[in-house]
Amino acid sequence: MSNYNINVFKRASLNRNFEQYVFEGIQNRMFKFPIYLSAGQEYISASIAEVMSEKNIDPNVFIQHRGHSTYLSFDAPIEELIDELLGRKTGCANGMGGSASIHSKPKNIFGHDGLMGSQVPIAVGHCYKTNHPTIVYMGDASAEEDYVLGALGWASTKNLPMLFVVEDNNLSILTEKRVRRNWEMDSVARGFNMRGMQTTDDPESIKKCLENVFDGPMLLNVNTHRKYWHSGAGIDDPNTFDRYEHEMEKLGDVAKQIHEQTKIQVQEAWQKQLDKQ
Amino acid sequence: MAKTVRQTIKEITKKHLDSGSRCYGQCLTAVGWVGGTLPELYEEDGMIELSMADVAGGGIVTGAALAGERPIYVVRYQGFQWYNSPIIANYAMKSKEIWQRPCPLLIRSIAMEGGIGPVAGSSHHSIYQRMPGVKVVSPMTPEEYKYVYDQFMKDDDVYYISEHRKSYDNTEELENIIHDEADITLFPISVTRFAAQEAARNLEEKGLKVNVVHQLWIKPFDFKEEWQRALSSSKHGGIVLDDDYEEGAASSIAHRMMMDVDKKVRTFCLRHRTAGFHPTVDNLPPNALEIEEKILEII
Repeated sequence: MSNYNINVFKRASLNRNFEQYVFEGIQNRMFKFPIYLSAGQEYISASIAEVMSEKNIDPNVFIQHRGHSTYLSFDAPIEELIDELLGRKTGCANGMGGSASIHSKPKNIFGHDGLMGSQVPIAVGHCYKTNHPTIVYMGDASAEEDYVLGALGWASTKNLPMLFVVEDNNLSILTEKRVRRNWEMDSVARGFNMRGMQTTDDPESIKKCLENVFDGPMLLNVNTHRKYWHSGAGIDDPNTFDRYEHEMEKLGDVAKQIHEQTKIQVQEAWQKQLDKQ
Repeated sequence: MAKTVRQTIKEITKKHLDSGSRCYGQCLTAVGWVGGTLPELYEEDGMIELSMADVAGGGIVTGAALAGERPIYVVRYQGFQWYNSPIIANYAMKSKEIWQRPCPLLIRSIAMEGGIGPVAGSSHHSIYQRMPGVKVVSPMTPEEYKYVYDQFMKDDDVYYISEHRKSYDNTEELENIIHDEADITLFPISVTRFAAQEAARNLEEKGLKVNVVHQLWIKPFDFKEEWQRALSSSKHGGIVLDDDYEEGAASSIAHRMMMDVDKKVRTFCLRHRTAGFHPTVDNLPPNALEIEEKILEII
């Protein structure tokens, strides 16, 4: 059992327990606006953040709307995310960002404006100026935006140190990918003369793909499964594959202990912020 | 010899690039160098050729602005703003308010003199004018251009510069004409400022007193007291003239004027129809003769 797998699990556990708390909050009408849950997909950000940590890289991160797990995986403060979801000025986006437009200045996480995929050209322009390792997240649907494709082409032309991550849960709302297109983003990336890879959200596979990350631009299409719809309004299939549960089972008692401890930490963090009201 | 607007923009661009910032756009290095307004420089000098993906281009420049570059973004036809504006309007113009991360970006948006069909023809500053987080300015003289650039460099907002090619050869500064108790007051924007001056001169020869109050700032619109007095004392109110459609900045400004001064303010702008290529079907801003006719019709 490697430190990497445990550390990824710790990050994923924070994400999952946070999202589970929020999901229950949605059921109890705790929130005043739409909440975009990342549960089920948390292993992507958790793995990438851990790889960055191991490589001692402090990247600029351009987040997308389903981004709680990205925010937490890259160690942005949980208290500010809680406050943001509560619409407070002390939130990470001063209560303006809601769930979709969170960010963190200290952690170099840049907020998303809600225009699907706009973070991709913005990240490309930012990286062109800074030439600093940059990660940008998108979904399999936002990847279809024409301006995403145009930006990928320019990033390749300029050979920018970028990692484009497609969190591919195969669904846009409820429309499957095969209905919308007959191509895959990793082949599109290769068509643009950049490295394009496809993997599952298995942490070891993600790590392997990232061996030479930032040696020029690269796109990683990660096939994953969402646990909940936006705002927790529904569940696609209660028996859908759950990476988090799978890894917890694989890692055994250590992981189960981490899960229980993290659950308490998350509940305490929420309670502490709620008590401030 | 006095400098033209063209030379002024060229010198400002060179100075901007020399300071380490960059200028982005499509086909910047093409024959003509965007109407001669760009110094003949290349990528290594900071003149950055974007691909022809317009929407992405607006996003890329927004990202550069977010990183603190203060880029100049050249959009060769204002009509192309319909697909250059989405990410600028939704991100660059909101970023300061939501995340306290300003995206200062200077957009050079160039209007043509007609003859170029349904998309590219005239000004489209109204697309931006309705949105928060942006300043919209239409300089037509060398000193105005310098002033606007200096303002941008002191500011952290997005600046939309509504240029018009017809101003590029201009060397003159445009002074307001304000009479005591004029017959009417014109508030011209963009290229209509030249036509308004000409119309006022022609009508003066016929014994009419026509005020011309030049409009540099489209947004924020500051209805100065002197202008209010000029309108208030005009027998037949005012007309806002514009190189964009009536149902945009011109109507918005006219409405604001009428809220502040108890006089009727009309608009005279592009006709509410699509432009064709041939002169017989083109859609051009009001010229001096048309403005004169409009004034005579009113009074």
